[in-house]
Amino acid sequence: MSVREKFDYELNSAQEQLILLSNMAVNALTKAVNALASQDIDAALEVIEGDKEINQLEEEINDRVILLIAKQSPVATDLRRLVVIIKVASDMERVGDYAVNIAKETIRIGKEELLSTIVEIKQMHELARTMLTQVIEAFVEEDVIKAKEIAELDDQVDALYGEVINKLMLSGAQNPDKISQITQLAFVCRYMERSADHATNIAEQLFYLVRGQHYDMNK
Amino acid sequence: MTTIKTAIKKKEPVKQEEKKSVYLTKQLNLWYGDNHALKNIDLDIKENEVTAIIGPSGCGKSTYIKTLNRMVELVPTVKTSGQILYRDRNIFDKDYGVEELRTRVGMVFQKPNPFPKSIYDNIAYGPRIHGIKNKKILNEIVEKSLRGAAIWEEVKDRLDENAYSLSGGQQQRICIARALAIEPDVILMDEPTSALDPISTLKIEELVQELKKDYSIIIVTHNMQQAARISDKTAFFLNGEVIEYDDTDTIFSNPSDKRTEDYISGRFG
Repeated sequence: MSVREKFDYELNSAQEQLILLSNMAVNALTKAVNALASQDIDAALEVIEGDKEINQLEEEINDRVILLIAKQSPVATDLRRLVVIIKVASDMERVGDYAVNIAKETIRIGKEELLSTIVEIKQMHELARTMLTQVIEAFVEEDVIKAKEIAELDDQVDALYGEVINKLMLSGAQNPDKISQITQLAFVCRYMERSADHATNIAEQLFYLVRGQHYDMNK
Repeated sequence: MTTIKTAIKKKEPVKQEEKKSVYLTKQLNLWYGDNHALKNIDLDIKENEVTAIIGPSGCGKSTYIKTLNRMVELVPTVKTSGQILYRDRNIFDKDYGVEELRTRVGMVFQKPNPFPKSIYDNIAYGPRIHGIKNKKILNEIVEKSLRGAAIWEEVKDRLDENAYSLSGGQQQRICIARALAIEPDVILMDEPTSALDPISTLKIEELVQELKKDYSIIIVTHNMQQAARISDKTAFFLNGEVIEYDDTDTIFSNPSDKRTEDYISGRFG
């Protein structure tokens, strides 16, 4: 294997690990929301336990990329790709953390009867999940058009977030005994909205990778 | 909560003030006999900057740098067309004396090539040719040049020793000091560190950074990381053509030509 082939091999391996990490994080988010909707404490505990693997994989990706930068002095697209891999890994690791946070809220709510807002929360999750899944596809295909479309979906998430928070605040007046659950569900909404923002960040990183210039999609 | 997403905005870089040109090359062509070694070169080299010339072996980078002080004319079969304006004057003009040009443009080569003379005489050689005989003035020039080349402290107590007694890295700095002694405007460097160890290389690289305050430096290098570290502008040569010429930051982070990217990423060359 030539030096360049070895470099390409390492670069591809880092990218494959990143895709694995992304899938794990998105699955954790889905599992956490499903656990919340079905009030499944065991599933929530599994999400918390599974996050260790996500964190470990992110560290492995970081170590691999840093070693490549140190040993190969990459430039131009190679260098941008390595830096973008580290940043996207960090975004995805964060999504994994939100899944853990949602799992913890699920455990706190326990078996208390859930408010109807769970329907909208599931809608938010569906949007965030679509964004995250598609941004990873766009990343693999280096498709900036798709990345732009994903960033536009974020508006829907933000709008829905506003609606759900309003609804939760109103239901506080009607259900004073459920203030604690209302707060917890508001946090869950926030985690979902943040997850979608991370998908937008990744779309921006993809633009940087492909075009070498910075774009702001979070407006 | 709802936000309106307009077209994605690209962040624009901040523009810098234009510097004066020291060398302006216009449509330069050069042939060694039938071999068309430089093809339609257009380059605008700015003063008080370090301009790096990179490219694979045989791409014309050394030929180009040797054309800048007309050293290339030592090859009998050489033919040129086009213009190289040095400080707005075409160096190929019939009334432009080559000695006059080389007084303004010093050169440092790949292998250190001090004269087989004392350290002192190596540095004083140029000024003496230009008629400086006053010992006091010569002493001042020698000290200033050796200081300028960051080697004064190492040789000040042994100026009478033969320059060959120095290490390769020290000899190269003596050659730089020799170039500085005639107070040039431009220093051409043709792979000045390729025969040196990493520590000596680092010293020369630091020196180049210092020298650009007072001189314009054009450096041919095979070491891409060196070009990235020390130059302000980089020109990528391939098969006698300038493929890309831009800020070094741009060349190494986001080159516009795929051939540049392939070369600097080690995909060929």
